Amino acid sequence: MDPKELTGAQALIKSLEMQQVEVMFGLPGGAILPVYDPIIDSSIRHILVRHEQGAGHMGQGYAQATGRPGVAIVTSGPGATNIVTPLADAYMDSTPLVVITGQVATSSIGSDAFQESDTTGITMGITKHNWLITDANDIPRVVAEAFHVATTGRPGPVLIDMPKDVAQTKMNWYWPEPSDLDLPGYHPVTVGDPELVRQAAELLLAAERPVIYAGGGILKARASEGLRELSERTGIPVVTTLMARGSFPDSHPLCLGMPGMHGNYTAVTSMQRSDLLIALGSRFDDRVTGRVGDFAPEAKVIHVDIDPAEHHKVRHAEVAIVGDCRLVIDQLLSALDGLGLPHSDATRSGPGGTPADAVPGAPAVAGTPAASFPRERVDPWRATLSQWQQRYPLVYAQTDAPGELKPQFVLETLRDSTPEDTIVASGVGQHQMFASQWWKFDYPNTWINSGGLGTMGFAVPASIGAKVGRPNRTVWAVDGDGCFQMTAQELVTASSERIPVKIALLNNAYLGMVRQWQEMFYGERYSEVYLSPDLPDYVGWAEAMGCVGIRVETPEEVGPAIDKANSIDDRPVVVDFRTDTSEKVYPMVAAGDSNDNILVDPSQVGGDR
Amino acid sequence: MSAYGVDQRHHTLTVLVENKPGVLARVAGLFARRGYNIFSLAVAPTDDPRFSRITIVVDVESAPLDQIIKQLDKLIPVVSITELAPSAARERELLLVTVEVSPETRGQVIQLVGVFEGKIVDVGHDRLTVMLAGAPTKVDDFEDLIRSYGIMDLQRSGRVALPKLDRTDDRSRANAKVLGFAKTTEKAG
Repeated sequence: MDPKELTGAQALIKSLEMQQVEVMFGLPGGAILPVYDPIIDSSIRHILVRHEQGAGHMGQGYAQATGRPGVAIVTSGPGATNIVTPLADAYMDSTPLVVITGQVATSSIGSDAFQESDTTGITMGITKHNWLITDANDIPRVVAEAFHVATTGRPGPVLIDMPKDVAQTKMNWYWPEPSDLDLPGYHPVTVGDPELVRQAAELLLAAERPVIYAGGGILKARASEGLRELSERTGIPVVTTLMARGSFPDSHPLCLGMPGMHGNYTAVTSMQRSDLLIALGSRFDDRVTGRVGDFAPEAKVIHVDIDPAEHHKVRHAEVAIVGDCRLVIDQLLSALDGLGLPHSDATRSGPGGTPADAVPGAPAVAGTPAASFPRERVDPWRATLSQWQQRYPLVYAQTDAPGELKPQFVLETLRDSTPEDTIVASGVGQHQMFASQWWKFDYPNTWINSGGLGTMGFAVPASIGAKVGRPNRTVWAVDGDGCFQMTAQELVTASSERIPVKIALLNNAYLGMVRQWQEMFYGERYSEVYLSPDLPDYVGWAEAMGCVGIRVETPEEVGPAIDKANSIDDRPVVVDFRTDTSEKVYPMVAAGDSNDNILVDPSQVGGDR
Repeated sequence: MSAYGVDQRHHTLTVLVENKPGVLARVAGLFARRGYNIFSLAVAPTDDPRFSRITIVVDVESAPLDQIIKQLDKLIPVVSITELAPSAARERELLLVTVEVSPETRGQVIQLVGVFEGKIVDVGHDRLTVMLAGAPTKVDDFEDLIRSYGIMDLQRSGRVALPKLDRTDDRSRANAKVLGFAKTTEKAG
């Protein structure tokens, strides 16, 4: 065989190596068998999952923790359909994920062959793009295109469908130059329109009650430093959405925390009362806006997003800038320079150090009178916000009564007993909201969750993927008992691969969020939400999967159990926290209601707001 | 009354796409999953075999045109989108219709076809098949008038369109609003 002649399978694996893939998560089967053979000889680590959904979520966890694309590989038919949920999840949360699926031989496609499914058809609406390879010679180019599409512009999942015969066909190896990519319709805009940036800067300087509404795009664009400088220089406070937790430090005095359905009072109400929302990589999700017609009624909107389709989709923006958040923030800072805004005490640092060079086309507006931008102008607004923060902090009350271990107490203790840069993954439900509320996120890419799709069972596999990508970090999954039962089998993967993740299971014996809605909105008629605290026996189950299992029933046991879990670094740990069944997540804006009607903790009701 | 009557709701998009398998499914699937209504759709290769042109008449009551265009633009195989407002487009449509004719009505039908500059493409003992190409409103009118004779079969092609030419500069496509966003090559890179 000519040294440059490879099988399609070898070309696929070599192409992944060319993309600097270090790990992939997968599970073999009939149609993908040829591709698994060269994996034996590859530098790429393969992690054998127990269910294909786990492979996808591990890829997402890896991607969210590292910023690099996650890679998953599964077989045709059921393998492909099992990874549909992670694709949909990654699409909603703009996570770069490359999924490779086996497919029946090209001659069998369309014949209802064994383990055939129309994978590209099924995943068309939940991938940024997908490819069915019909010629082995296309493999390197398609892999290069797939990684390019997944990681540029608005990131997202892509899928490559690989028929078995194509994997077995010989091809002549090549690696494409960027100019060889065949994507005539794909040219994402990253630099903002200078005139719009100038308009945004002027709005920003004129505002009296401005709020920066930071979304997941800040993390995707690695724009945390620029965001911090923008906030510090202007004195404008920042809310961080569920997808943006950690993009701006929770411990920063200008951080207001999470807005939305379970956001804190100050974050929610700051947006409601704002006269200028600076939306950076956020998309006015219904969980943030509440009833759209009542959302931030007095606010003008500056909306920076790399996806033009997000502009005016939910809320009209006075200034809509298409571009990458990091570049546009740098442009905005330069425009503020041009308008004479003094620098903050914190001097510019990091990659944005030479703004004039870094930002082509930044507007130069010299000597305008706005130079007197008063950070002081925002002072009364910040004073109001401080009053709200004092009046409506997040609260809970830990008692000594049996059976009343509060989930918030567990999270506070966990937060205070782990390193500051701990990565936290979560599932979906009450535990997710408690984790987002009570954790202190001070570092980007330390919070990994399923925001848009709301996929229960996300936490365990996502935490495993995060730990693989960041082996030197402590990784905790905060999970619910309902979620845990959906994907817990991946702890077998973690045990066998020696991936020491830690699971804080907030076991309240219920599908807690559904229970909360039934209590509040369905007259306490509980329909199909009870799960039992001890069926399954979580500690026994954990041990059966090769993990250490610890049970915690009282507040006194919480700290020691966490310390013990933190001391174990050779296998996964599951801590079964038996938490209070009746605890609800507050504040809350009822679905479809106005954010003005935020329900605070019952202990805070009454008095002046 | 023809369904083509409410023209202000209908905007014509000519969408240049890569000529690859499944592209029409991607476009149609996008409209389906986002709840946009397609009024008519015509697709054919262009003079460049790498590309096809899809002419879509969309109902802007179902969603803002801006959203439809931007979502369409996100499809990777979509190369460019040109919106043609009714006043800025040369729109044409083809109609084939088989009409019942008796010895008494045969002459009337032939006369009507002549008035509309249509063409009789097939003749039977008691029926005629007529072809008519023209602006959609003209086709509407013809369909309306021919109906009373008894339509046995009717097929319209859906609209195709190109921008009107600006006579001050024949090369110009000034009347067409090219909505390339990210897709225009000038912005590439």
